[in-house]
Amino acid sequence: MLHTLSIGELGRSLNSGQISSVELTRVFLARIERLNPALNALITLTAERALNAAAEADRRRAAGEQGALLGIPLIHKDIFCTDGVRTSCGSRMLDNFVAPYDATVVTRLKAAGAVMLGKANMDEFAMGSSNETSFYGPVKNPWDTTKVPGGSSGGSAAAAAARLAAFTTGTDTGGSIRQPAALTGVTGVKPTYGRVSRYGMIAFASSLDQAGVFARSAADAAIVLKAMAGFDPRDSTSVDVPVPDYPATLGEPLKGLKIGLLREFFDGLEARNTALIHDALKIYRGLGAETVEVSLPHLPLSVPTYYVVAPAECSSNLSRFDGVRFGYRCENPVDLLDLYKRSRGEGFGAEVKRRIMTGTYVLSAGYFDAYYLKAQKVRRLITDDFRAAFQQVHLLIGPTTPTPAFAIGAKIDDPVTMYLNDIYTIGANLAGLPGLSLPCGFVEGLPMGLQLIGPHFSEAKLLNAAHLFQQATDWHSRSPRGYE
Amino acid sequence: MSLTRQDVEKIAHLARLSITEREMPVYVTSLSSIVDFVDELSRAQIGNVEPMAHPLEGQHQRLRPDVVSESDNHEKYQANAPAVQAGLYVVPRVIE
Repeated sequence: MLHTLSIGELGRSLNSGQISSVELTRVFLARIERLNPALNALITLTAERALNAAAEADRRRAAGEQGALLGIPLIHKDIFCTDGVRTSCGSRMLDNFVAPYDATVVTRLKAAGAVMLGKANMDEFAMGSSNETSFYGPVKNPWDTTKVPGGSSGGSAAAAAARLAAFTTGTDTGGSIRQPAALTGVTGVKPTYGRVSRYGMIAFASSLDQAGVFARSAADAAIVLKAMAGFDPRDSTSVDVPVPDYPATLGEPLKGLKIGLLREFFDGLEARNTALIHDALKIYRGLGAETVEVSLPHLPLSVPTYYVVAPAECSSNLSRFDGVRFGYRCENPVDLLDLYKRSRGEGFGAEVKRRIMTGTYVLSAGYFDAYYLKAQKVRRLITDDFRAAFQQVHLLIGPTTPTPAFAIGAKIDDPVTMYLNDIYTIGANLAGLPGLSLPCGFVEGLPMGLQLIGPHFSEAKLLNAAHLFQQATDWHSRSPRGYE
Repeated sequence: MSLTRQDVEKIAHLARLSITEREMPVYVTSLSSIVDFVDELSRAQIGNVEPMAHPLEGQHQRLRPDVVSESDNHEKYQANAPAVQAGLYVVPRVIE
């Protein structure tokens, strides 16, 4: 049962020679072959490359290397460019795009010896909260295949929950790691803005996008984040702050830690979900933490703020898709304008076009001040609220999502209802803060997530708080039936 | 409806997106509901708040030394282009 082992346990088995990376890779490839058809979690499988990379990891280990990720299988979200491998971003626009270089996240994990099994399905250009906007079809939630896995990193979340890899990568612009992590019962980390390089990560909203990780535990996520994070001169917003040894600080006692309960996150939250969060708070108090209620008065404006800022940045970023240099081109364009319009109209799906048009509208002459500039100002008010809260407490806590996973098809025709899924996650992106979601119980057999948010560069503190919770509970070790 | 069909046609043109007849009514409805939703921002008391463009305070755009850092990879890059001739991207005739 190699797929049930933690990254730490797998590393020990590899180091002792009990197993090889090639054997481990075959185990996960066999699981993908058997289980993925029902989930649609992968867009591209790279089995041959994976076996070659695993053999290389085994050679490195035989030569005396002992990295924590050496020979460990992973799946990358299909938003990260992978040299020589199709990188679709879940879009018809990039269905035929073979990336000519590796994203820095890919380079770093390759250097650490991690073995890529394939590329995960996702909402088109990371725009969605249900993984239903993918050109490659919806991803199913392994806990109930009639339900969505969340999005946009839905394939990565479903793959981690179904144990199709030891860990997976994702990106989070408004909750796209934390929300699917919550809905599939895994641990998801969205680091501080600038902590992980965005080079080679296809851009959606550049002032919000951040790469992160899905794993079965905070301890596993700590190992992966340590390898992913760090300064990159090729990303102009990468921050030159040393990366702490995240695994080494796990287990530090929580005595003296002040946790703030976000009042605004409980307005209208269903009683059963509120009860789960209160159970989690009891555990934290038992671990020595103090809990107090805090208020972020501007937080209720975070969703409308986000749905101005993110589409504005998206409309600008996605203007690069012109049908000329790469990506989809329409048939028989009559002139250059027709080539642009039809290549984009046919290459992009409905939600991406909706966001591009929303962004174009809020940036257009006569509306810029009323929408874009106003949203940038409210963004500062929300950020200032967080700053004030972190004067009183070390971490903030609340639910990750208002409800557990919803049915496929339930919200796809109503964009505003869909956008409200991210009501608890968007604030951290607007303020550039790190956030983490970890499993904290079940409602009607579906997992729910507990969200921790910390000040800039407090990932070590978040991972430690999540790790100690996971030492005291076993929600994170539950598996969906059929995927044990 | 806060947006008319003409508004959406204008936005689609600015965004260089062709929208089919079938898609148009859906966009008029959904974009109107999004605009109504983000209009909530008009409730905010913003006073003299500085607009915020970067989530981390005190970060500046870095400059790098002006040295060559990329080699010539045009053949690899153009392998993804829909139409290339003699190292150039081919588009419909622009100048008669």
